[in-house]
Amino acid sequence: MMLFKLSLKNIKKSFKDYTIYFFTLVLGVAIFYVFNAIDSQTIYMDVTSNMAEIIKLMTSMLSGVSVFVSFVLGFLIIYANRFLIKRRNKEFGVYLTLGMSKKKISLLLFFETLFVGLISLVVGLGVGVMLSQAMSLLVANLFEANMTDFAFVFSTSACEKTLLYFGIMYLLVMIFNTINISKCKLIELLQSNKKTEKIRLKNPVLCTIIFILSTFTLGTAYYLVTGGIDHLDNANKIFIPIAMGIISTFFIFWSLSGLLLKACMSIKGLYYKGLNSFTLRQISSKINTTVFSMTVICLMLFVTVCVLSSALSIKNAMTANIRELAPVDVSFSKYLYHENSVFDVNTPQAVLDDAKVSLKETLKNHGIDINETFKDVVEIPVYRIEELTMRATLGEQLDEISKKFKYLNYDNEETIITVSDYNKIAKLYGNETYSLNDDEYMIIADFDSMVEIRNMALNEGVSITINDKTYHPKYTECKDGFVEISSNHINDGIFIVPDHAVEGQIPFHELMVANFKETSREGKNRVNDMINKKINSAWNETTLTSVNTKIEITDASVGLGGLVTFIGLYLGIIFLISSAAILALKELSESTDNKERFQMLRRLGADEKMIHKALFSQIAIFFMAPLILAIIHSIFGIKFCIFILETFGRKGLLSSIIMTSIFLVLIYGGYFILTYICSKNIIEEN
Amino acid sequence: MDINYNEFEGREIMEPILKIQNIEKYYGSRSSLTKALDGISMDVNAGEYVAIMGASGSGKTTLLNVISTIDRVTSGHIYVADKDITKLKGNELNRFRREELGFIFQDFNLLDTLTAYENIALALSIQNVSPKEIDERIKKVAKELSIKDILSKYPYQMSGGQKQRVASARAIITNPKLVLADEPTGALDSKSSKMLLERFNYLNKELGATILMVTHDAFTASYASRVIFIKDGKIFSEIERGDDDRKEFFNKIIDVVTLLGGDLNDAL
Repeated sequence: MMLFKLSLKNIKKSFKDYTIYFFTLVLGVAIFYVFNAIDSQTIYMDVTSNMAEIIKLMTSMLSGVSVFVSFVLGFLIIYANRFLIKRRNKEFGVYLTLGMSKKKISLLLFFETLFVGLISLVVGLGVGVMLSQAMSLLVANLFEANMTDFAFVFSTSACEKTLLYFGIMYLLVMIFNTINISKCKLIELLQSNKKTEKIRLKNPVLCTIIFILSTFTLGTAYYLVTGGIDHLDNANKIFIPIAMGIISTFFIFWSLSGLLLKACMSIKGLYYKGLNSFTLRQISSKINTTVFSMTVICLMLFVTVCVLSSALSIKNAMTANIRELAPVDVSFSKYLYHENSVFDVNTPQAVLDDAKVSLKETLKNHGIDINETFKDVVEIPVYRIEELTMRATLGEQLDEISKKFKYLNYDNEETIITVSDYNKIAKLYGNETYSLNDDEYMIIADFDSMVEIRNMALNEGVSITINDKTYHPKYTECKDGFVEISSNHINDGIFIVPDHAVEGQIPFHELMVANFKETSREGKNRVNDMINKKINSAWNETTLTSVNTKIEITDASVGLGGLVTFIGLYLGIIFLISSAAILALKELSESTDNKERFQMLRRLGADEKMIHKALFSQIAIFFMAPLILAIIHSIFGIKFCIFILETFGRKGLLSSIIMTSIFLVLIYGGYFILTYICSKNIIEEN
Repeated sequence: MDINYNEFEGREIMEPILKIQNIEKYYGSRSSLTKALDGISMDVNAGEYVAIMGASGSGKTTLLNVISTIDRVTSGHIYVADKDITKLKGNELNRFRREELGFIFQDFNLLDTLTAYENIALALSIQNVSPKEIDERIKKVAKELSIKDILSKYPYQMSGGQKQRVASARAIITNPKLVLADEPTGALDSKSSKMLLERFNYLNKELGATILMVTHDAFTASYASRVIFIKDGKIFSEIERGDDDRKEFFNKIIDVVTLLGGDLNDAL
């Protein structure tokens, strides 16, 4: 019982030191709960069945990510705990000299961990439950769902999961502490704060060489993932630059810590001004030993920034795309009968018959009344011609292009639509309409890398041949546009030709777009379900008609956007907290060691203001150094992400970077301020 | 050997640099009151070298702490160069310390992250002295304290004596009105002690530094020009070296120590 009281007293006494540790634990527990409780919040939301599927997928992904997160948090907690224990070595030494056994000390630590663990779990769950109420608004907003009614949700399963995961983490901490205590020697404990660290100044020449080498390596890595990349065809293309980046990050910190001190020392006016020499030495004496953690923190921040901003930008782009790329409620597309087409001996007779009638007829045959259900109906034929392959449209640019893009199939037949048909659709969509002379053609496309390829040919004025007649490009570049509704910019090129060019040809596809007559949300959903049931289930049974509806596209986009956002937020926040907490704890433990040094400065007559400034700049530099390098990394990292996520478009990038910055400032900045305040309290006179 | 402190009032009139008037310092609560300082009054004149002797718990370190403004008095006044330092607050205190005082401690108190040169420079850079002047003044003081060769070394690379000379250099480089030394030889071997004390004499005689030193060691005290004995928070007696050589003065000190009741016998 005495141990019990002692441990309680210890926690109370060292609450100042425990603040950040405790704060981090609470935050970790709360976030863990919030993200695991998301599924129970969606119960109260009015979502379509598609969306419910996506939410289910997200929930299982989040719980997978939670395992990873618990590893990160576990390491963080053990690391943080090690710091706090180290600080109390002398106290343990005194216990040992008083005749307390190591077993008892372990038990004491066990109680302490238990108390801190219990309190943090209770407080963290409390905060988590509160936060998750606010989260349900975000969930509803992200999934564009109606909240049927606001209900206070408590997720038992998330709570149990949090208790289990954190219970295991705390158990590990206890085991770790016991091992640590049983290994230590009394003399080391008692003299632990008398240890003076040897200070070595690094060889400036070596530093310079290593700095130049690592900057060069980093530059190369940056180039490899941005300017020097055309397409991603094997994993080495990404892993090699990442490895280069990690190694050079370490050596940049290593060399820069030596170089900057040397540089500052040579500027006498700066170095011997106020407490500057003290501050710089403080930093350099630590940076020698903290290069490794700086590197880890820098890389974690880098990942955070990239994950958060890509996730948010995917989400933004997806939402923006829908409005633009799905201007009508539904689009049908049916293969018409053609000899060299998708039809073969295995095709059912019903499908073959269906392929010979018009789309309208097909819909009627499948029980859909066009006049009753749809308005704004536009029906157009889409052609393909054997001689007009991609190879044929690229002209002399083919060699160069095929060298760069080896994996494109250049023998695909191109899609052709007549200009008057295209204009009908464009008018309905509110897109620009065009007119062509008898010997002109143009290309409509919105998939960026294909636009780039086609523009090369258009720029050279490559002419095409259709039915022995030659056509020249009207424009030197592709025009933006599309005909089928979709969630992304995936139109890789449609050739628009004068009406007479394909006269007499049998169309390859028939395309029909329309709006629903129903205007209410429920009504649209009903029609949507009806079409799906009647057409999708008939695929390859009685017809080869495919259907895209705005509702499905929206659900998929919004759902995927929401999923990516949540996973990005989850990982991003955890990474941010972890890296900020490591830095904060490191700084705080240093501050305790520095207490005497600051006391000395006071005796020398340094003003409180000077001392606070010295402390502030010391902590600021420690927080800023990894952040600055991480931001530089991120500039290139985000560029690479844009390259990968090209199809999503880049519209939301700016706002997602702003959002990421807000998170960064709030969490990282919050830890920085907290660290400063706690350190100030520690070094304060009595 | 009842020597009264008032006997010395008749000597040549000098401006006292430090004037202590009836100071008291109490610790603890009303029920268990400890009088660490119990009505002490004394003066230190410019250019004097005063040692304060007393056993552990006699109040000598408390006295030094209140003079150095590290601690506050319960009542009474302390004037340094006619300024009442018991009235100073916050940054006035810091300014007072940096401009008027120099400190030397038993445990050296050098910043272990800085070289000797930088440790000394810090005292000046806090006062916004230009780097050029800092350099000149450090070179000068390094010569006087023979620490020229160790200026670029870190504290962990120095011996105790070297550290204490660096600390002394830092204490006097700002030309303080008063140098306060708390058991400066406490952590040194006898050879280093002797060397340091000779340096103190040099500082006092040649550079005119006013030194107030707290010690429980008679040998160390014998280097001073005046020794004040403290017992139970009061001044017990005071002796002046006058024209005695150090040996004779040492013997006189021992006499008082014996009189004090063997409390200081461990000091021998």
